[in-house]
Amino acid sequence: MDLTSVLILTGLGAFHGLNPAMGWLFAVALGLQEHSRVAVLRALPPIVLGHAGSVLITLALVSVARLAAPPRIVSYGVAALVCGFGVWRLVRRRHPRWVGMKVTRWQLAGWSFLMATAHGAGLMVLPITLHNGHGTAELASQSLLATAIHTLSMLATTTAVAMLVYERLGVAVLRKAWFNLDYVWAVALIGAGVSAAFT
Amino acid sequence: MPLIQPDPTFYPSAREAMSAPREGLAYVALLDTAGEGRPDGLATIDLSDGTIVGVHDMSVPGDELHHFGWNVCSAALCPYAPHPHVERRYLVLPGLKSSRIYIFDVKDDPWHPKLVKTIEPETVFKKTGYSRPHTVHCGTDAIYVSALGNVEGDAPGGVFTLDHDTFEPKGRWEADRGPQELHYDFWWHLGHDTMITSEWGTPNQIEAGPSLELLVGREYGHKLHVWDLSKRRHLQEIDLGDQHQMALELRPAHDPAKTHGFVNTVISVEDLSANIFTWYLEDGIWKARKIITIPAEPATADLLPEPLKQFGAVPPLVGDISLTLDDRILLVSCWGTGELKAYDVSDPFSPRETGSVRIGGIAERRPHPATPGRALNGGPQMVEASRDGRRVYFTNSLYRSWDDAFYPDGISGWMAKVDIADDGSLSLDPGFFVDFAPDGRRAHQIRLQGGDSSSDSYCFS
Repeated sequence: MDLTSVLILTGLGAFHGLNPAMGWLFAVALGLQEHSRVAVLRALPPIVLGHAGSVLITLALVSVARLAAPPRIVSYGVAALVCGFGVWRLVRRRHPRWVGMKVTRWQLAGWSFLMATAHGAGLMVLPITLHNGHGTAELASQSLLATAIHTLSMLATTTAVAMLVYERLGVAVLRKAWFNLDYVWAVALIGAGVSAAFT
Repeated sequence: MPLIQPDPTFYPSAREAMSAPREGLAYVALLDTAGEGRPDGLATIDLSDGTIVGVHDMSVPGDELHHFGWNVCSAALCPYAPHPHVERRYLVLPGLKSSRIYIFDVKDDPWHPKLVKTIEPETVFKKTGYSRPHTVHCGTDAIYVSALGNVEGDAPGGVFTLDHDTFEPKGRWEADRGPQELHYDFWWHLGHDTMITSEWGTPNQIEAGPSLELLVGREYGHKLHVWDLSKRRHLQEIDLGDQHQMALELRPAHDPAKTHGFVNTVISVEDLSANIFTWYLEDGIWKARKIITIPAEPATADLLPEPLKQFGAVPPLVGDISLTLDDRILLVSCWGTGELKAYDVSDPFSPRETGSVRIGGIAERRPHPATPGRALNGGPQMVEASRDGRRVYFTNSLYRSWDDAFYPDGISGWMAKVDIADDGSLSLDPGFFVDFAPDGRRAHQIRLQGGDSSSDSYCFS
């Protein structure tokens, strides 16, 4: 994997980690509920693992497709899927329904997995890995490596933001700082889809 | 169109909501006195001087508007279902008698709310199996509406939801209602995934007016029900005692880490008192304890309406309560005796009365300082505290057929305001009196522009 790909994967990890909807906000809320910094930190691993699971499954599915179909078809298929999802994210407003505030670690990981999947976190990462690697072993290790880089970056960002908000800023910062990332997210997806088609 | 930043009227915590800008407008439901004459109305009040800016008449008569609410509120910031870039711009008004639901847009011209959608009763019946929608709360994932009964006007009553975007009824909320039959109010502890519901009576029990027979038979509601909010299952019932008839308004602590709240019962069949209970969680079990008893006040029979003559006393008939956002002051409206009381409930098990004002009342008919010579009827009824907990607005009509039983001369609608001092004492604002007599309709629920103390719920401590 070249340096550019690593940097893009890291950047996307940071972008996902910054998004309150991807989990740090949930961790902060659980910390405030229990009046405990430990509760914030305890919530982060399941959140990050759920996110990583969603990314890894997406990459693995496309790796399987690459083993079974000609490269151009896979490229155009991925491009159409990612762009289409980006457009859908632009036009569709959803009100997610979830279990609530009392969650086990597994439920938290499940929530994170669903949020990442519903937002297309793996799809955004996908084009970076689309043109490198051949054969089962190489594709598998590439998927794992890409997921690991993305996840480490996400973990670092989301932990930093969660602690900063919990310890220093307070949740009032949300009122000003919580920009509607849905547009940025959708545009990033469309951009990723376009790059899948043309690179 | 979604916003770029969160709606500025959303606050992560109740404490932050206390620093919100002062309320400028109030929206008040107006009920037609005759019931089937003119339509009900939605009045807009300029709170700087109490003038009625305008009244929007509903499309048809006979709705009996009750506890309306906002489409979305601070719960949109909840981390497990975040969608804060929506707008608090629609008021959802349920018609208790008609089962019709109106959606008003207040964004473009807050002084003149615009009707943008009407959900017809048949749609509510068909999609939910319920009728008589009563209270609206903005939830994390939908708009929640309570309904007093089924389509026939009998039990069970319950909760149904409306889609946030389309306002279409989505169906019954309960997955397993257990023993719950009667229904009135509902609210939740979001931090604990718990819903609480209360009991008044079925539509067929209440629509004709209060029944002495049902009261003596202790057949009105007297229980609370505890639910798993996420699984939508009944967990537990708490019987407040069948002498305490009509368990009405639920006011959970606004801090989501807390596990207590307050409920009023309207009348005790043993001594005509009204009572306030605290519910609380202890060792995994929800319980309730009586914390306030407001006794009936003796009065000569000739000052009393027919149902009360035999008792020689006026029951307080507590119809509404309101809790300030810091969970400190509980306002209690005694519609029978014409008194608004304030209690410091910082310790929810040992309340301390901090203030009282008197206006109207069955026997007293006490005037407002703005109109000193005029005996007022009705009494403090729907009460709403401002976000900063410094001002309280209240109206004087309860429910048309019940108004007429206790105030047989017919209620002349008004709205008043009290100021809350630092020590919790109350003083009537002598310059604020909204007189609905020229309009002729009666005032009920109040909502304050941008939210108030009984509309929003919070996920952060």
